[in-house]
Amino acid sequence: MIDENTVRHVARLARLRLEPEEEKVMQEELSGILEHIDAIRSMDLDGVPPTTHVLALENVLRADVPRPSLPREEALREADDVVDESFGVPRMD
Amino acid sequence: MSGFEPVIGVEIHVQLSTRTKMFCGCELSFGDPPNVHTCPVCLAHPGVLPVVNEEAVRRALMIGLALGCEIAPRSIFHRKNYFYPDLPKAYQVSQFDIPICGRGEFVAIREDGSELRVGITRAHLEEDAAKLTHLGGRRAGAEESVVDFNRGGTPLVEIVTEPDLRSASDAVTFLRQLRQTLLFLGVSDCSMEEGSMRADANVSIRPVGSHEFGTKTELKNMNSFRFLERGMDAEIARQEGILRDGGRVSQETVHYEPETGHITSLRSKEESHDYRYFPEPDLVPVAPDPAWVDELRANLPELPLSLRRRMVDDMGLSAEDALVLTESPELVAYFMEAAALADPKACANWIRGELRAQLRDAGTEPWESKVTPAHVAALVDLLAAGTVSVPAAKEVLAGMIETGDQPAAVVEAKGLAQMDESDLAAVIAAIVESNPDQAQQLRDGKDKVMGFFVGQAMKQTGGRADPQAVQKLVRELVLGS
Ligand SMILES: [Zn+2]
Repeated sequence: MIDENTVRHVARLARLRLEPEEEKVMQEELSGILEHIDAIRSMDLDGVPPTTHVLALENVLRADVPRPSLPREEALREADDVVDESFGVPRMD
Repeated sequence: MSGFEPVIGVEIHVQLSTRTKMFCGCELSFGDPPNVHTCPVCLAHPGVLPVVNEEAVRRALMIGLALGCEIAPRSIFHRKNYFYPDLPKAYQVSQFDIPICGRGEFVAIREDGSELRVGITRAHLEEDAAKLTHLGGRRAGAEESVVDFNRGGTPLVEIVTEPDLRSASDAVTFLRQLRQTLLFLGVSDCSMEEGSMRADANVSIRPVGSHEFGTKTELKNMNSFRFLERGMDAEIARQEGILRDGGRVSQETVHYEPETGHITSLRSKEESHDYRYFPEPDLVPVAPDPAWVDELRANLPELPLSLRRRMVDDMGLSAEDALVLTESPELVAYFMEAAALADPKACANWIRGELRAQLRDAGTEPWESKVTPAHVAALVDLLAAGTVSVPAAKEVLAGMIETGDQPAAVVEAKGLAQMDESDLAAVIAAIVESNPDQAQQLRDGKDKVMGFFVGQAMKQTGGRADPQAVQKLVRELVLGS
């Protein structure tokens, strides 16, 4: 069982605000997932390469050829705030 | 009190000068108006899929091969998760435990000719963040920043070194020569000012003789090697001060203020280093065909280290000559062409010395000037044959820069051919006769006065006298030896 502080830490990293009762639920659900990982860990996995991708594909590459970009108005259409032809965001410095 | 020893490792981000971004077909640009090179992929619209730029992989492999890195037979991308407005996906696609280029080594040469070996930990591919600019309160009450996504998604190679460097000066020697090597590979513009090459230094100190590492700080992103060197020296001094006062260095990111020379600590956010890397499910592994890697290895251009060794060992140049002449691929090509036609050492002296000095005023480089390498070689030959004196040759060079003519033609046009010895002897005799005081000083052992005679001879011959010959003649005439 992971502790409440770990749940809060993970929530903060994901920018999630959890109510106390939600923290309890997440604590149980996350612990369940980790127990499943422990079950996998208990098996003898020597010589089994880690799965990094579910598709048996490699080298999906693209030639270095430009394609048209979006018109700026369209790129900025979904922006919360537009300042100087740019995406306005809260103060960062 | 015993001394401390700095321990430095560096991380270098290099923007690859491909035509398009790392994962989409948007064109790379510098200095274009904001947000004109974006698309659903690099703006992170929902449901889009990135596709790796083959040219970025090719260039990363070239960098790895040039640094002697092990090339991973199969490397994968990871997501590095953090929230910041310049990162629209809230993660950066990077590489983690299986980078495309693993361990290698870079050999730099210090100015005194000694070798500086620096272990390369890794070199991996990733994407650049967008450009975030703080506006200040320009709009009523609004304190805000703006994001330009033109740069977002630019291919980057991050090169990480082992903590093998023991001084700020060595670190900068390494960085300068690494930059040269990258320029020779043609993979990046490597402009510190424009940010296409950025370097961070991890700095710690420890008592001399100790094998443990001290607590390190990270000196961020200086936009010139000069400031980086000063910054590292300032940080080393700051850490020494702390340790000598019995304090402890805390692990943090620091910034060097070039104007004041002060080191300031950047507020590092709590949990900022918890990136929760995990494999990027949107990208499949890159497994470069060994035949491709072999082909790239075979086609690497000759790199500065090899060129410098050849210049010193085979061509008789000094380590310093070789350093200067390998500054850029263009300068090397220029020098090599001249050196194939005339004495390499003399060509090196004239190109790095007088030619560059004279061209500096005009703001051009040798390979952009009217003076061809063959003309430099011809000038060197004229000097060696005694056709012109050194001062006259400088004047000939000025004429060559102006007209683009063969040196022999300039000599002819300006009447700069060296006088033969009997004509010169007559001129010297007249000078000695009309300056008895100076002649007496020379007899009294005041060698400095020789400069007077050389100057007079040059004046009277319009620079066509060889200073060595003048000295010899004066000595014979005045001292009888
Ligand atoms: Zn794009």
